[in-house]
Amino acid sequence: MIDDTTRAELEEIASRYPHKRSGLLPMLHLVQSTAGQITPDGIETCAEILELSTAEVSGVATFYTMYKRRPVGDFHVGVCTNTLCAIMGGDLIFERLKDHLDVGNDETTEDGRITLEHIECNAACDYAPVMMVNWEFMDNQTPESAVQVVDDLRAGKQVRSTRGPRIVTWREAERVLAGFPDDLADEGPTAGPASLVGLQVARDNDWKAPPSSAAGSAEAVPDDTVDAVEQADTARAESETKVAESDD
Amino acid sequence: MTDTLTPVLTDNWDSDRAWTLASYESRGGYAGLEKALSMAPDDVIAAVKDSGLRGRGGAGFPTGMKWSFIPQDNPNPKYLVVNADESEPGTCKDIPLMMASPHTLVEGVIISSYAIRANTAFIYVRGEVLHVVRRLQRAVQEAYLAGHLGTDIHGSGYDLDLVVHAGAGAYICGEETALLDSLEGRRGQPRLRPPFPAVAGLYASPTVINNVESIASVPSIVANGPEWFASMGTEKSKGFGIFSLSGHVARPGQYEAPLGITLRKLIELAGGVRNGHELKFWTPGGSSTPLLTAEHLDVPLDFEGVGEAGSMLGTRALQIFDETTCVVRAVLRWTEFYKHESCGKCTPCREGTWWLAQTLIRLEKGQGTPEDLDLLIDQCDNILGRAFCALGDGATSPITSSIKYFREDYLAHFEQGGCPFDPLASAVFAAEGATA
Repeated sequence: MIDDTTRAELEEIASRYPHKRSGLLPMLHLVQSTAGQITPDGIETCAEILELSTAEVSGVATFYTMYKRRPVGDFHVGVCTNTLCAIMGGDLIFERLKDHLDVGNDETTEDGRITLEHIECNAACDYAPVMMVNWEFMDNQTPESAVQVVDDLRAGKQVRSTRGPRIVTWREAERVLAGFPDDLADEGPTAGPASLVGLQVARDNDWKAPPSSAAGSAEAVPDDTVDAVEQADTARAESETKVAESDD
Repeated sequence: MTDTLTPVLTDNWDSDRAWTLASYESRGGYAGLEKALSMAPDDVIAAVKDSGLRGRGGAGFPTGMKWSFIPQDNPNPKYLVVNADESEPGTCKDIPLMMASPHTLVEGVIISSYAIRANTAFIYVRGEVLHVVRRLQRAVQEAYLAGHLGTDIHGSGYDLDLVVHAGAGAYICGEETALLDSLEGRRGQPRLRPPFPAVAGLYASPTVINNVESIASVPSIVANGPEWFASMGTEKSKGFGIFSLSGHVARPGQYEAPLGITLRKLIELAGGVRNGHELKFWTPGGSSTPLLTAEHLDVPLDFEGVGEAGSMLGTRALQIFDETTCVVRAVLRWTEFYKHESCGKCTPCREGTWWLAQTLIRLEKGQGTPEDLDLLIDQCDNILGRAFCALGDGATSPITSSIKYFREDYLAHFEQGGCPFDPLASAVFAAEGATA
C-alpha cells in the first residue's frame, strides 16, 4: 500500500524536473524502497501522479533490470559474470554462492535475507572479480571471501563495502537512488588501492602534468563537422552527419 | 618533453577526503569557474575548441564543436546532460573519478552549462553505484550552499540548477539518445538522428550530452589555457586521458597519461603481465572495440593509431587477457551481454544478438563445425551497419576480431569436443590454490 507520506514524496520527486515524467525512474526506486519490489499499487500511484496509463508505467518498470517484480531480500548480492570478472574468477564465485545459499540466479534465500543475481559489468574491472551488495562495491573477491560476506549478512553482522560505507538494507539503498540522501557520503575512502596505482607511479617518478606555461597547438584537430565525424570513432556518426548535411 | 604520466583528473585522489568541497577548494578548485564567469560564453566555447579536447566517452568528437552546434536563437531552454552511465564492459574510469572528486565534475558542469547558456543540467549516473550517487548528491548540495550553484552564481547573474539522476540498470542508456529517452521517464531506446540532440534533445530542446571525463577536463582547460592542454598528446589527439588497466596484469588500475602512450609502456608501469604468463589479447576501449594482440603493443593509444590498427580507442578500457584465457569463452560472454542489453527496438540487433549467442554456445560446447565460423561472420555482416544504433555494431566487434586472430582457438573446440582451457587457471586466485 502506498501511504500518504510516500505519495507526497513521489510527488516531490516529480517536481524536481522541468517535465514531471522525468521523475519516473527515481519514483520507481522509491516504490521499491517502501514496497520491497515494484507493486501494482506503486505503478498505479506513479501513473496517477504523472498522468500516464498504468501500461506506460509498466512498460518502463519492465525495461530496467534494477526494478524487481518479485520480493527482494534484505541484501541483493550481485556477482559480476561479464567477461573480465568471469575469467578472473567471477564464474567460480557465482557457482560457489549458488551452492552455498542453495538458490539459483535471481532467487532469494528462504529466510528472506539474500537475493543472488549475476550482474553485468559494474565499472570496477581493476578490482576484478567484483561483487556488489546492495550496489556497494565488494572488490577483489574470492569464493571464500564471498561466502564470508553472505554468512555475515545472514547472521546480522555489520558488513562494510571495501570501498564505501557500512552496508545498508536494499530498501534503504533504493531510497538513496530515489534522491533522498542517507548522510553516509563521508564514509569510506577517497579511492580504493587500484584507483591509485598510476598516481603512485607518477609520484615515485616525480611525473607531473606540464606547467600552465606549456604551449601546444591543436590546429590539426578538425574544426569542420564532416572532417570531425570522419575522424570520430564511429562510422555511424559519419553517415548520420552526412544525412543531416544533405538535408541542409 | 611531457612526462610519461600526467595526473590532472586523478591528481587529488590521494588527498584526505578529496570528495569534500573543503579539500577541493584547498587545491584551487572552483578557480576555473571564477575565471570562466569573467569570460564571454562564446570565449569559453572557443577555449575548449582550441584545446583540441575530443569526447572521452569513446567516439572522440571535438567537444567544443559539439557545444557550438547549440542554436542560441532557439527559444527553448538549453540543457547540459552528463553521461555518467559508465557500463561498457572494461570501462572503469568515471566511477572512481566521481567517487574521489565529484567536485571536479560539478565544476565542469557549471562552466560547460555557462558556455552553452543552459540553466538546467543533469548528471545521469547509473543506478548500480550507490556510493557514487551519494558522493554526487553531497557535492551538489555543498556546491549550492557555497553559491557555486543556484541563482546569481558568484554574483555573475548566471543561474544554474543541477539534478543528480540515478538510472535503473540498462547498458543502452549510455547511448546518448537512449539516455535522453530514459531521462524523460521512458524506456531507454535510441532515437533516430538527425535531428541531433544539439537541435532537438531533452524535451525536444537544444541539448549537449558529454561524458563525465570530457566535462571533468574542462575546469583544467579553462584554468590553464587551451595551449596547455594541447601541449599534451599527439597531433590530432590532444591532452590527457585516464587509461584503465584490468585483468591479467600485476597492478591493474587507473593510469592518467597523454593520449598516444602505448600498451607496452602501460603494462611495464603496471608491473607486467601476471607472473609467469604472457599477453594473449586485449581490448583497447571496451568490449565493443575489436580485440588486439601482442603484435599491437606499440600502437599509439590515440584515436588515429588505434584506428589504423583496425580497432578503436573507445574508452581506453584496456582489458588484458593472458594465455590461460579461452577467447571463445570470453567472446560468448560478451555476446550474451549484448543479447541481454539489446533494447529490442530494431530487428537486426534484437534477433541478431540472439542468433549470435546460439551459434557461439554451440561452438563453445564443441558441437559446431568450421562452417559455423562462416555463419557467425555472415550474421555479423547482417548486423553491422544495419542496426539502429551502435550497440548492434559493437556486438559484432569481439566476434569478427577474435575469428581473425584466434581461428585456431575455435577449431580446437571442435577437435576436442569442448573447451580445452581450464577456467580455474585464468582466475586471479588460481595461484593461491583456491577452488570453487
